[in-house]
Amino acid sequence: MLIATLSLPEQVVLMLAALILLSSFLMLAQVRLDSMINTFALQGLLLFFATLIMALISGKYQLLISAALTLFLKVFFIPNKLRGLVVRLDINREIESITNPSLIMLFAASLVLFSYYVALPIRALSLLATRNTIAISLAVVLIGMLMIISRRKAVTQVVGFMSMENGLFFAAVVATCGMPMVVELGIAFDVLVAAILFGVFFFHIRTEIGSLDTDRLNHLTEVEK
Amino acid sequence: MIALSLTLFFPLSGLFLFGFIGHWRSAGSINVAISICTFVTTLIIALDVFRYGPILSPGKFFYIDAFNVYLLLLNAFVGMTTAIFSGRYMAHEVAIGRVDDKRMRLYYAMYQGFLFTMLVALSTNNLGVLWVSIEGATLTTVLLVSLYRTPESIEAGWKYFIICGVGISQALFGTILVYFAAEKVVPGHDDGLLWTVLQDHAVKMDPGVMALAFVFLLVGYGTKVGLVPLHNWLPDAHSEGPTPMSAILSGLLLNVALYAIVRFKMLVDPALGTHLAGNLMMGFGMLSFSVAGLLLHRQYDVKRMFSYSSIEHMGLITFAFGIGGPLATFGALLHMIVHSLTKSAIFITVGHVAHIAGSQAINQIRGLLHTQPFVGWGFLIGTCAIAGLPPFGIFTSEFLLFTATIKSYPWLVPPLFIGLTVAFAGLFRNLQSMVFGEPPENQKQVAANMWPVVVHLGLVLWLGLAIPALLAQWLNQATIMIVGRGIL
Repeated sequence: MLIATLSLPEQVVLMLAALILLSSFLMLAQVRLDSMINTFALQGLLLFFATLIMALISGKYQLLISAALTLFLKVFFIPNKLRGLVVRLDINREIESITNPSLIMLFAASLVLFSYYVALPIRALSLLATRNTIAISLAVVLIGMLMIISRRKAVTQVVGFMSMENGLFFAAVVATCGMPMVVELGIAFDVLVAAILFGVFFFHIRTEIGSLDTDRLNHLTEVEK
Repeated sequence: MIALSLTLFFPLSGLFLFGFIGHWRSAGSINVAISICTFVTTLIIALDVFRYGPILSPGKFFYIDAFNVYLLLLNAFVGMTTAIFSGRYMAHEVAIGRVDDKRMRLYYAMYQGFLFTMLVALSTNNLGVLWVSIEGATLTTVLLVSLYRTPESIEAGWKYFIICGVGISQALFGTILVYFAAEKVVPGHDDGLLWTVLQDHAVKMDPGVMALAFVFLLVGYGTKVGLVPLHNWLPDAHSEGPTPMSAILSGLLLNVALYAIVRFKMLVDPALGTHLAGNLMMGFGMLSFSVAGLLLHRQYDVKRMFSYSSIEHMGLITFAFGIGGPLATFGALLHMIVHSLTKSAIFITVGHVAHIAGSQAINQIRGLLHTQPFVGWGFLIGTCAIAGLPPFGIFTSEFLLFTATIKSYPWLVPPLFIGLTVAFAGLFRNLQSMVFGEPPENQKQVAANMWPVVVHLGLVLWLGLAIPALLAQWLNQATIMIVGRGIL
């Protein structure tokens, strides 16, 4: 597939896909909580533009509603809530040390290759020009997972979780021009409730454990203490 | 149709009622009343489906057939008996100061919310809504797992949230892939996730995409079923949450997640024309079954022990669905009922046991038959039933499963048999000292409500001795739906 044979909007979607993947890498390497939340909001904004363009290309205007939901949830509501929480918990300037950052980045890069390999049967089938973006959305999901595994701060894990949601949403938009409306709304509602519950949990963890390091959540084991 | 709307309306109204009005003295009784109403309406639906066949709602949003209606009935039943148990149990928890009124309000609201999500998941025709409501089930129960706000329960809640959230995201990716494959063959943008539509077009869907989708779906919903290696949340959530939660998590949530996997298997099998889905399920089922059986031996907390037993049984059921023939599928469907009834009865008993001994630690619980014989006997008989001793229903379903395995995969019989023996030993090594022996001095009788346990175990005994013709017909219909032919 030659990039130049695609129409301009399709090229823009491809570029946005690349930027979304890049923002995932940025979050993975980011050690400061406030910058990480900003990067997350940026990813949401890119997702919003991608959805908007897809809506215009495909003529499926119900995607505009999804785009509006993305803008509201992923760009404003969740990042603002997280910002408010880290300020109230007074951890906005905290630096989180990452063990073996270069190894993690290499691993993330290999996850991207893996996603391309996994998505081969799908790419062969899609009629949309944006087909190889499915591999990218899978990579975003997997990198979100890697972020949850490799980090210790509860806030970072939540950002990883939400960026996984971004990847899934992106997959739905580029592979199938969005899910049926009732499902989209249901997913958005779940994400909204999850974001609120995470906020509640931060305070509980903080009160009971005295810190937001999930390393300290190590009471439950298989052996008797 | 009216019955179905009412079935969903009752728990939803309960959610708002408890959520907005808050906790008051008779909240427990109202919780029971709502659950009884839900049960009665599901009974009406069940009879309708039995008499007139599958129901499809006018907007195609709900679809009820032989497969999901019996789970619907089972869910409402366990939800009802657990509600009866939870009233007095939670009153005791308030009395000893483990929870306050504000959290009781959360508890009752979320109890009904959880039932609502489970009923929607079972009755919906839309595979996307199925995902949304199973994720909703996590969201409603996550604050209940951490209800006691101890460091341990917070940790269990966080683990539950993150592991299940990550797992269930994989299932969403799988659902998107199914929709992607369906879009090519199904006319109409919004029909691509409707079960009734997909069923007819399954043969034409792309095998490569469907195989990939099933892997994601199995990992995703498998996390919720508690399949190894993504089972870690389950024992923590069961042991740290309030006991009625453990009963409905084990009795309902695991079944519903497995139901989702089987639904997708029914689409993937015709699309692929191979036994890939079944093989994957057999592999994961066998792994979970063996690992959980071994881990049963290392437990020191009585609720943890029984949650590993849940993993073991869910592994067994997944394995049975994986084998696929009519006999194995019939056995698996029966096992879902008897496991759910027995396990919720056991958790109800364990709740009382923990109050009697003032602890969940196995080595603190001694001589239950002395302290409170009714509870002690319930505990003993329940454990015998869950271990698969005849004449209880679990023996019957495991027997069917063994017969099917001998027919199709004779070389898998030895590991299956060893696994069952190991699990049996794991349960019984602790049981004897807990039930018999000298009770310590600080053990005292509590006001126990054992009637739900009696009813559950009575049903399990009945199913072990003679499956009523009505239920057998029903399971047979479901078996025909899943594998194409029945056993009757």
